Amino acid sequence: MGLDLAGVTAWLRDFADQVHTNVDLLTDLDRQTGDADHGSNMDRGMQAVAALDMSSFASPGELLKKAGMTLVSTVGGASGPLYGTFFLRLAGAWPTTDDAAGLGAALRAGLDGIQSRGKAILGDKTMVDALLPAVEAYDKAVAEGVASALPAAVAACAAGRDATIPLVARKGRASYLGERSAGHQDPGATSLTMLLEAAGRTLV
Amino acid sequence: MKKLINDVSDVVKDSLIGFEAAHDDLIRVDHQNKVVYRVDAPIEGKVGIISGGGSGHEPMHGGFVGLGMLDAACCGEVFTSPTPDQVLAATSVVDGGAGVLHIVKNYTGDIMNFEMAAEMAAADLGVRVEAIVVNDDVAVQDSLYTAGRRGVGLTALLEKIVGGAAEAGADLDAILALAQRVNANGRSMGLALTSCTVPAAGQPTFELGEDEIELGIGIHGEPGRERRPLPTAAEAAQLLVEPILEDLDYRGSEVIAFVNSMGGTPLIELYILYAEVAKILQAKGVRIVRQLVGHYVTSLEMAGCSVTLLKADDEMIKHWDAPVVTPGLRWGK
Repeated sequence: MGLDLAGVTAWLRDFADQVHTNVDLLTDLDRQTGDADHGSNMDRGMQAVAALDMSSFASPGELLKKAGMTLVSTVGGASGPLYGTFFLRLAGAWPTTDDAAGLGAALRAGLDGIQSRGKAILGDKTMVDALLPAVEAYDKAVAEGVASALPAAVAACAAGRDATIPLVARKGRASYLGERSAGHQDPGATSLTMLLEAAGRTLV
Repeated sequence: MKKLINDVSDVVKDSLIGFEAAHDDLIRVDHQNKVVYRVDAPIEGKVGIISGGGSGHEPMHGGFVGLGMLDAACCGEVFTSPTPDQVLAATSVVDGGAGVLHIVKNYTGDIMNFEMAAEMAAADLGVRVEAIVVNDDVAVQDSLYTAGRRGVGLTALLEKIVGGAAEAGADLDAILALAQRVNANGRSMGLALTSCTVPAAGQPTFELGEDEIELGIGIHGEPGRERRPLPTAAEAAQLLVEPILEDLDYRGSEVIAFVNSMGGTPLIELYILYAEVAKILQAKGVRIVRQLVGHYVTSLEMAGCSVTLLKADDEMIKHWDAPVVTPGLRWGK
């Protein structure tokens, strides 16, 4: 596996499976602080991505772009534009070879896209709390290659996800709860961690 | 879960089929994009008025499509904002050459999807799009540290008034200014007696005891700010009206008063509440000049209600009184 079309295909399929298997978990998390639709929305979107004829794409970048457009047009809510923008930016920066620095730059571009679309910063109790530490951990380990940097990113991502539990939400629907949003794990950080975990299994 | 549906994943699709069949004299539905259009769209030279949002708030927004109100409504999944391509499709159809106004309720997802659609409309269609973001819910503290106040009941009043102005031939700048004035002068507050069940989730969004209410709810079954013992209608009216009057100075002004059911509260209770609201306003020197009581901005089957007070000027009253012929609101013609 690697960063070629076969690797990205496996990554997207793995993530779609994870979302599908955990649809109730994601919806339950969203019920606690939001509106109980994160699981069903992400599942609808990733099933549409999984239904793409992935082998027909000329490059991993083309596939990632189509995946982003598909999510934008099928997910709705905040997750559609955020995940869609992530994949569109990833597509634009995806490396043409198995290049550790190139993957780091692509992940950074995806993070920048999410932050410019959603305006969230670290500590707002959003997917940024998982993705930002993941990108930083990746960059720190990038000299050791994808096989070391990606697992480091996955670990940091999961830690960031867990660290959302005590936070008070300042963005998204959970922010309406004020202090009552503390004590719940953020659903977006949870699905984002599934995405990175899938990458760890397929892109290395 | 006890609902009259065929399949949880077909709720919006199946409902739109019936909606079109029931109102084919007024509206058309693009089932592919889940967009409701007025039957005579686009209207040459008229500013196109588009709203949209998650489904589950019926009659808002599809039920407000027709003469004197909306040209199109984009229907998302239940409680999920519509996607940019839905909004883009609606924008291209209703554009009559005078520009298009997007009416957006202030939710993170709605803002992002409508923003992406407006960017695409400018790039792909060359249509001038302006947006009004409705944020009237006093239950949310308006600060830099939240997503800001939600758009709730005022949205229905704004859609009527702005739709009336567009029908009368106002241009996009005038309509945008009017929409901003309506948003600046309206406030809402809601409470829930029960939660509601999103079909895809299959169970209530929150649990509420028999003798409890959730005060300060939005319109998506999300929990509110505070849980309290069940009040009388008179006490409930106080709980809803006081935070509104504390937030904006209504003294000596004329208002459109809107008492709205969240879906499950029947009219017999809404009228009891309306009487209490009217009593409080009279004592405070606020004059009700128009009123609306009923099920307009709902949250599926949630029992509960909201109160919206709009300080109305002559222009707003004129467009409020103008004829409207939609599935959800009809008068004056």
